[in-house]
Amino acid sequence: MDTAFPLFLMLLFAGGLAGAMLAMGEFIGPKRLTSIKLEPFECGSTPIGPGRQRFNVKFYLVAMLFIIFDVEVVFLYPWAVIFRDLGVFGLVEMACFIFILAAALVYVWKRGALEWE
Amino acid sequence: MNVAAINISLGGIGPLLILSATALVVLAIDCFWPSERRSHLAYVTVAGCLVALGATWRLWGAQEAVFGRMIIVDNYSTFFTGIFIVGTTITTLLSIGYTSRMGIDRAEYYALLLFATVGMIMMAQGLNLITIFLGLETLSISLYILAGIQRQRAASIEASLKYFLLGAFSSAFFLYGVALTYGATGSLDLEHITRAVGETTFASKPLLLIGVGLMLIGFGFKVATVPFHVWTPDVYEGAPTSVTAFMSVGAKAAGFGAFVRVFSISLQPLSPDWTHLLWLLAVATMVVGNVMAIAQTNIKRLLAYSSIAHAGYVVVAMVAASALGTSSVLFYLLVYTFMNLGAFGVVLVLGRQDEEVLAIDDFAGLGRRAPALAAAMALFMFALAGIPPTAGFVGKFYIFSAAVQGGFVGLAVIGVLASLVSVYYYFRVVVVMYFMEPAGEIPLAPRSAPATVALVIAAAATLALGLFPSPFITAASRSLVAVLF
Amino acid sequence: MAAVAFYLVSAVAIACAALVIFQPNVVYSALFLIGTLLALAGLFLLLNAQFIAIVHIIVYVGAIMVLFLFVIMLLDLGRDPAGTEQLPYQRGLGIGLGVLFLAELALMVSFGGGLAGAPEGPLPAAFGYTEVLGRMLFTTYLFPFEATSILLFVAAIGAVVLGKRRG
Repeated sequence: MDTAFPLFLMLLFAGGLAGAMLAMGEFIGPKRLTSIKLEPFECGSTPIGPGRQRFNVKFYLVAMLFIIFDVEVVFLYPWAVIFRDLGVFGLVEMACFIFILAAALVYVWKRGALEWE
Repeated sequence: MNVAAINISLGGIGPLLILSATALVVLAIDCFWPSERRSHLAYVTVAGCLVALGATWRLWGAQEAVFGRMIIVDNYSTFFTGIFIVGTTITTLLSIGYTSRMGIDRAEYYALLLFATVGMIMMAQGLNLITIFLGLETLSISLYILAGIQRQRAASIEASLKYFLLGAFSSAFFLYGVALTYGATGSLDLEHITRAVGETTFASKPLLLIGVGLMLIGFGFKVATVPFHVWTPDVYEGAPTSVTAFMSVGAKAAGFGAFVRVFSISLQPLSPDWTHLLWLLAVATMVVGNVMAIAQTNIKRLLAYSSIAHAGYVVVAMVAASALGTSSVLFYLLVYTFMNLGAFGVVLVLGRQDEEVLAIDDFAGLGRRAPALAAAMALFMFALAGIPPTAGFVGKFYIFSAAVQGGFVGLAVIGVLASLVSVYYYFRVVVVMYFMEPAGEIPLAPRSAPATVALVIAAAATLALGLFPSPFITAASRSLVAVLF
Repeated sequence: MAAVAFYLVSAVAIACAALVIFQPNVVYSALFLIGTLLALAGLFLLLNAQFIAIVHIIVYVGAIMVLFLFVIMLLDLGRDPAGTEQLPYQRGLGIGLGVLFLAELALMVSFGGGLAGAPEGPLPAAFGYTEVLGRMLFTTYLFPFEATSILLFVAAIGAVVLGKRRG
């Protein structure tokens, strides 16, 4: 708790600052709305159609695989903090873990799931 | 940092390691040396299973908590490991031929069967709720994928989706139950939980009861007891038949493996609280399963309701909450593995190309068309109904006598009545096969030698366990000798 | 101080969770779910579980929510904000059972169900630090750690088998 307190303060400060800036713009800034200004902004080009487009399932596959290997990396962090203490034993167990996930990566690669067709 | 204290024993998790390695080998072979026909992968799978079975055999008699008390190697878990591996071996043999007919002959199919078995073993060997949960998830996720592996068929995908949604929901219940149990007892270790529950000044019982109730929902879903059974008929019908066969025996046995260890063993001091709940569950499961099965016209749905009813019988043995009751669970699940895989196996070898014979009426005339196959089916139906001299009879006899000895005479009577009802629908299959005029020719799949071997093993075991049950009953009861940690 | 923070963060979590359900627009629901997850990370921080809190944000907010949004875009759910109710009695039944469960929980806890095993006195100095967690993870919880890799492998197979067009 004590260690997290400054973090809370910082979050509070950051949130407050962002909120204050938006509020100031809202209240102090002059508003002259025209129909052109109210149009959705799409990188300067004329908007075509709604923003909601159906995504290709390929994105989903990539996102799935990303999560799987993201979780793997999460486990690496506590290991990296104490790997000197763990010594060879820690190295071996992490090697087993990485080996299985590397096999998963090879499998995914060989199956062509990383290709964008 | 004391590494020695956590007692690493690679031998203790030998079967698990061998099966995982086999799965990796199967995938590697297919990735690096792809070929059109993939039956050799099935043989690699079977070889891995046999080696793992040997490793399991060598664990018999061991009694040790390993890996920081995450895993327990005792006869109970070894017996279950044996059941799982036998089930996987028979399923793999039955799948040869069927998978290529159905277009699911992929390396992933065999690898997932093996990974699912790894999950099952983790559930049976888990001495910690974390291990049990990880096993449950490994098993469940493998089964979700396997149910939907036949992607060209909408029913398969639908089964996968239904199973996944409800299964994820039940996992959440289970996990919440685990969390509350941890809050109430301060530990996830099953032995520590027993100790905490047994203390007279145990103050957090209400919290524990909610946790236990939620875990009951999770297990109840996995083994398909009423009222957590609604997914079963749809998933069993939609999944490829070989996958249905696998999950009807493997997932059920694994579910009970963890269920019995957590409830009948670890939460034994709490049994006055959960016995009545399980009593209700057993009665509802047996009645609903058997009554609903009567109306079915599809053999896979019939076997689905029958598998619900069989979960009810096993819960009867859990209600008895005695050593006899628990060993009858082990024996019954062993028997059930053979007879149910056999029944599904016969369904598997019927049909032409990607068509299957699933309507019960289409079995008409099988007695003349394929006498051996019909005889085998009749044997499995008799066994499932519990007719002597098959193994099904011995298993049921053992369960109901455990219930009577435990003082649950009413429950035993309901169980016997429910199995009498079941005789009706099992016999209907036999009657259709032998005494009904066929409307047309029953398509028989090209004979697959491995599938024949699997059916012969299942039939022989169903008979042998019925005629000479004593060594297996002894083994089942010896599984419990030192099970109490 | 800690109590104030706890109630504040919990209130945010519950409010956001309620908004997830009552929001007709699915994308807004997803955004409120992020709020819930951030508040939960705050609860972890209050419990001195710093590592879990950060991992919670990275994995859930960073990765899993992106997946949620992909699914929303994939299924194209935004078009029909009202949604169609397949089972008319479902909503009432769900609320009823949820309230019943909450009441049960509250009743049983108020009946004297305290938490057992809560350590007495101040926490050890390094409690909840990543080193301590890592030491537990790589010794006592060695087996579950390695088993996780198998679970992740199975998930990868699932993604490929079910998500990839047959090549």
